[in-house]
Amino acid sequence: MNNTITIIKPKKTFSLNDFKEIWQYRELFYFFSWKDLKVRYKQTAIGVLWAIFQPFITMVVFTIFFGRLAKMPSDGIPYPIFVYTGLLFWQFFSTALSQTSMSLVSNTAIVTKVYFPRLILPISGVITKFVDFFIASLILIGMMFYYNYTPNLAGLLIIPLLLLITFMAATGGGLFLASINVKYRDVRYILPFFIQILLFLTPVIYPTSIAGRYSWLLAINPMTGVIKAARAALLGNAPINWELLGISFIAVSILLIIGIVFFKKTERYFADII
Amino acid sequence: MEEPIIKVTNISKRYNITHQKGGYVALRDVLTNVAKSPFKFFKHKTKKIIRKEGKEEFWALKNINFEVKKGEVIGIIGANGAGKSTLLKILSQITPPTTGEIRLNGKVGSLLEVGTGFHPELTGRENIMLNGAILGMSKKEIIKKFNDIVEFAGIDKFLDTPVKRYSSGMYVRLAFSVAAHMEPDILIIDEVLAVGDAEFQKKCLGKMNDITKKEGRTILFVSHNLAAIQNLCKRCILLKNGKIETIGETKNTIDKYLNIKSNLINTPLRNRLDRQGEGNIRFTDIKITNSEGLETIKSGDKLTIKLKYRSNFEKDIEDIRISAVLYNNNEKPIFRLDSDLTKKTIKKMKPNGEILCETSRINLGTGIYYFNLAIENHYKLQDYISHAFTLEIKNNNMLYDFTNTNKPNQQVDNIFIAHSFKEHLK
Repeated sequence: MNNTITIIKPKKTFSLNDFKEIWQYRELFYFFSWKDLKVRYKQTAIGVLWAIFQPFITMVVFTIFFGRLAKMPSDGIPYPIFVYTGLLFWQFFSTALSQTSMSLVSNTAIVTKVYFPRLILPISGVITKFVDFFIASLILIGMMFYYNYTPNLAGLLIIPLLLLITFMAATGGGLFLASINVKYRDVRYILPFFIQILLFLTPVIYPTSIAGRYSWLLAINPMTGVIKAARAALLGNAPINWELLGISFIAVSILLIIGIVFFKKTERYFADII
Repeated sequence: MEEPIIKVTNISKRYNITHQKGGYVALRDVLTNVAKSPFKFFKHKTKKIIRKEGKEEFWALKNINFEVKKGEVIGIIGANGAGKSTLLKILSQITPPTTGEIRLNGKVGSLLEVGTGFHPELTGRENIMLNGAILGMSKKEIIKKFNDIVEFAGIDKFLDTPVKRYSSGMYVRLAFSVAAHMEPDILIIDEVLAVGDAEFQKKCLGKMNDITKKEGRTILFVSHNLAAIQNLCKRCILLKNGKIETIGETKNTIDKYLNIKSNLINTPLRNRLDRQGEGNIRFTDIKITNSEGLETIKSGDKLTIKLKYRSNFEKDIEDIRISAVLYNNNEKPIFRLDSDLTKKTIKKMKPNGEILCETSRINLGTGIYYFNLAIENHYKLQDYISHAFTLEIKNNNMLYDFTNTNKPNQQVDNIFIAHSFKEHLK
């Protein structure tokens, strides 16, 4: 006989087995992400091009309004490439955050009818956003050629680290919001608003230098560190601020742990209250 | 002695029901409420958020104990709301129990709904992969069984069509087929055979038979289809109001189930406790006679249904909806009498009184039928009783002569209609 023994009890403690189980179900990550990607652009005329279009148009609009008309400073970098670098990471973060927060509620049918480690649903939502990120970064590469920027080697090596921090930030916050969303659908209304506000609190359309001596305040936001480092690495406008990046990393680690713990604590009752 | 593959000890499940005042909440109503009495409104809202108000406990399951041996097929029966689905949900780890422990000695696969996770935009092929993965199969396993799945469902021509273009029959066939090819040690199935046509149901039952007999797997199986339960299961669990009423040989258990049903029916309506709804209006009596005033109903009779009720209201009650649904012995609905479907003849009714419903000729075949009763007021359910009345159409040569031939229909088909045959001459 197969010796997988399952014991079902009212209170399940957080154990190593949970991670083992996620490993057993690892193929689901692939299937959920695959489904998302397959479904997303079905019955659309230009399909996957949307992943490029959205950030590109946003960049154009921002360049016209903020760069040309408002004469926003950009640390001596041409404004289009300045804002696009920020947008690339920002969009990855914001879309991943909202996808994760909605992941449970939009999959109610599966959550109430099948058992699998619930963590897989929100995380696979983030994975699909990686794909969008890579597609959208093609534009950035094009722009770097156009404006004649060559990233140094350290700059390229740091990108995975930046993606990891963004991933952790979106997942941590998203897990927390997803669990709350199960009970209070208010999240659905707060979130778009929250993301919009956050865009202005993150140096996407402006450089941190604009805040003058209060720029340290911006460092509380982990995305500040990420976007600053991305610009430093790719466009070489300043040396990479490792200290700031370290703070960001610690902050998102804490956020992720809180998110996972909160999620695990509430996940067993998802099916009852969703 | 061999260790049981499923051991359930002391399982209970409690739900907190929150009473929502008003059902649907419209912004207009909220605004008028706030304007009328702002203080009261916010007090109520805060209390609700900190869960001090409108909380009621409900035990969906209470002290469930049983064991299942390897290779057994266990049927679970019981009236609607007895806790069957809750039990299966706990066994498949979708929801945790409030007390108790379950030991499962093997891989569990559960099928609580046909086609969970099917995505309408994806093709049949893609959905097989996705659904298989959600049900816990590995990619390798799915690929290995892919041809079997397609063949069993009989949809090979439409494999690359999005399932949103499938007929509902094809959809169900494909969904069941994926699930039927899982290979867990314990398979948990909830009323999934209720869908699909008769032929496919037969095929599914055959498949389930194979799974247990040839492959020695354990199945827990909920169904209202007593015939299927009798065919498949040696042992059976009867649940009643969240408790195990009986557990034992299928035939005895089914007899007991039918007994309980008829016992309920012999209890006068006013004394019945198994009712739902807010309770401001309660049915107290039901009487069904034919147009001649006799209580023995024959097929072809016109029914006169007399419902007595009592209410907590002092003024006349407005906006009433009364409905009665007739079910056959297998809990399949046959027809529905509904005051919303007729011209609104009841504008208001007295706080206590009687209501009369008259039907046209009922063309039911021999057998036992049940009426469920429900009454709503302002779209809120006030009273609901299942099996409120038993209607027995006896096979006594008195079935209505629909065909005008003095040869009344004595078959046990549920419904017959007037018809005639003749040779078609050109």
